[in-house]
Amino acid sequence: MKAVVTVIGKDQKGIIAKTSGVLYENDVNILDISQTTMQDMFTMIMLVEYDGEKTTVKSLNEKLDALGKEMGLSIHLQREEIFSLMHRI
Amino acid sequence: MLNHFEILETVNMIDRENLDIRTITMGISLKSCAGQDVDTVCKRVYDKITSYAKDLVRVGEAIEAEFGIPIINKRISVTPVATLVDALEEPTPENAVKIAKTFDKAAKDVGVNFIGGYSALVHKGFTRGEKALIESIPRALAETSLVCSSVNVGSTRAGINMDAVAKMGRTVKEAAELTADTKGFACAKLVVFCNAVEDNPFMAGAFLGEGEGECVINVGVSGPGVVKCALEKVKGADFGTVAETIKKTAFKITRMGQLVAQEAAKRLNAQFGIVDLSLAPTPAVGDSVAYILEEMGLEKCGTHGTTAALALLNDAVKKGGVMASGYVGGLSGAFIPVSEDAGMIAAAECGALSIEKLEAMTCVCSVGLDMIVVPGDTSAATIAAIIADEAAIGMVNSKTTAVRIIPAPGAKVGDTVEFGGLLGTGPVMPVRGYSAEEFIARGGRIPAPLQSLKN
Repeated sequence: MKAVVTVIGKDQKGIIAKTSGVLYENDVNILDISQTTMQDMFTMIMLVEYDGEKTTVKSLNEKLDALGKEMGLSIHLQREEIFSLMHRI
Repeated sequence: MLNHFEILETVNMIDRENLDIRTITMGISLKSCAGQDVDTVCKRVYDKITSYAKDLVRVGEAIEAEFGIPIINKRISVTPVATLVDALEEPTPENAVKIAKTFDKAAKDVGVNFIGGYSALVHKGFTRGEKALIESIPRALAETSLVCSSVNVGSTRAGINMDAVAKMGRTVKEAAELTADTKGFACAKLVVFCNAVEDNPFMAGAFLGEGEGECVINVGVSGPGVVKCALEKVKGADFGTVAETIKKTAFKITRMGQLVAQEAAKRLNAQFGIVDLSLAPTPAVGDSVAYILEEMGLEKCGTHGTTAALALLNDAVKKGGVMASGYVGGLSGAFIPVSEDAGMIAAAECGALSIEKLEAMTCVCSVGLDMIVVPGDTSAATIAAIIADEAAIGMVNSKTTAVRIIPAPGAKVGDTVEFGGLLGTGPVMPVRGYSAEEFIARGGRIPAPLQSLKN
């Protein structure tokens, strides 16, 4: 299944390393990644793929939430359809 | 491929602008539960509800987690219960209350937060069971916590049953008095309709209509905060731009509802019914329909211009939403429940918003006089007359109208009544002091208007 990971917050060292670390540990593959920094605000979007049978969004989100809290960032993982349906006819 | 901006826009709508799915409502037909013996009926009702809805909350929570969209309520609507009461050997109010208590237990056991359908459709006349059900409403609502009740007293095709209107005036009063310790809380769970819809997912008026299937998923979206934020970006622009902005936003909100409704129906093995496009406010700051109207340039909701602003909003929401979903239905429009909307509460408190203005607003929005607290000494006849006025608006304009009014025992104009949670806080609003007693005492039926003759 495909999902989108968004990371928003104050720029700091290790955001990409730690986020992709959590994804790697949970057997999630990164398909695409883009990031921008505007006035110290860091935003990163990753398109990822995971095996829905083995990994649940809930457990992934719990781990990403914990990382978000530790680094003062807002991190979400959401199924891709929510974005494609909302913005595409 | 999705672009950066679109993804962040969606995340922002959910995180900061209170975008959510207001309710997933499972409609369950109780037609198969009818019987002559009340205890047998209660058992059938309990078994059916708890078996069909056993996974409703779990599935709702799973969808919420996967898509990252909050789903605030999971609810159940059922076939109007008067049908079951009619089939009983003894269609008494006591037996009706027994069924209400069964609903309450079933709802608690499956973990939903409301169950609707303690209802009767009496726009043209009463059956024995319907009379018993209406008589039982005050007790049923006072003695249960999750049961919601609605009564349809009029329709464009049938006119208005003024005997039912008079009865409902008394029923509302009695319900308030039985729950005097909570300032008439039972009335917050009771709606009087004209042209009630069969697939409404929102409480307190949800029931599963005659023409509906065995098990249906209806979803109500929300998002006044998102519309308000979108309008902030077009300050001073003309109404064409305002309407266009609302349409685009409504489209996006509804797409989310469509996605959730489809997923929920698939996982629960139920039929996908409709997505209801209503903008439903909550007492949370930034989640108010009144603030949208104020964003359009009104100093306070309720001042002159409010009806026009609401008409534009309601229409643009429908136009934007209708293309986003395969099946649109329910009430679909903007809700204006006073106690549930921070902006409406403020407008009523400062005197900008009156019942008369709300009545005018109900001509152009989705429902009616909703969650309005009036003084405890308001007479049953006055409440019936308020219901009659609202039903007349619905009947003549071929739209749904409703009255959910709380004559809070002991409360006076200037007081505020706290209901808590989504039901919010209601400032006590003044009603006209002149009597409608003789008008209501006439009884009978107001004939259907000319526009009912469409064939």
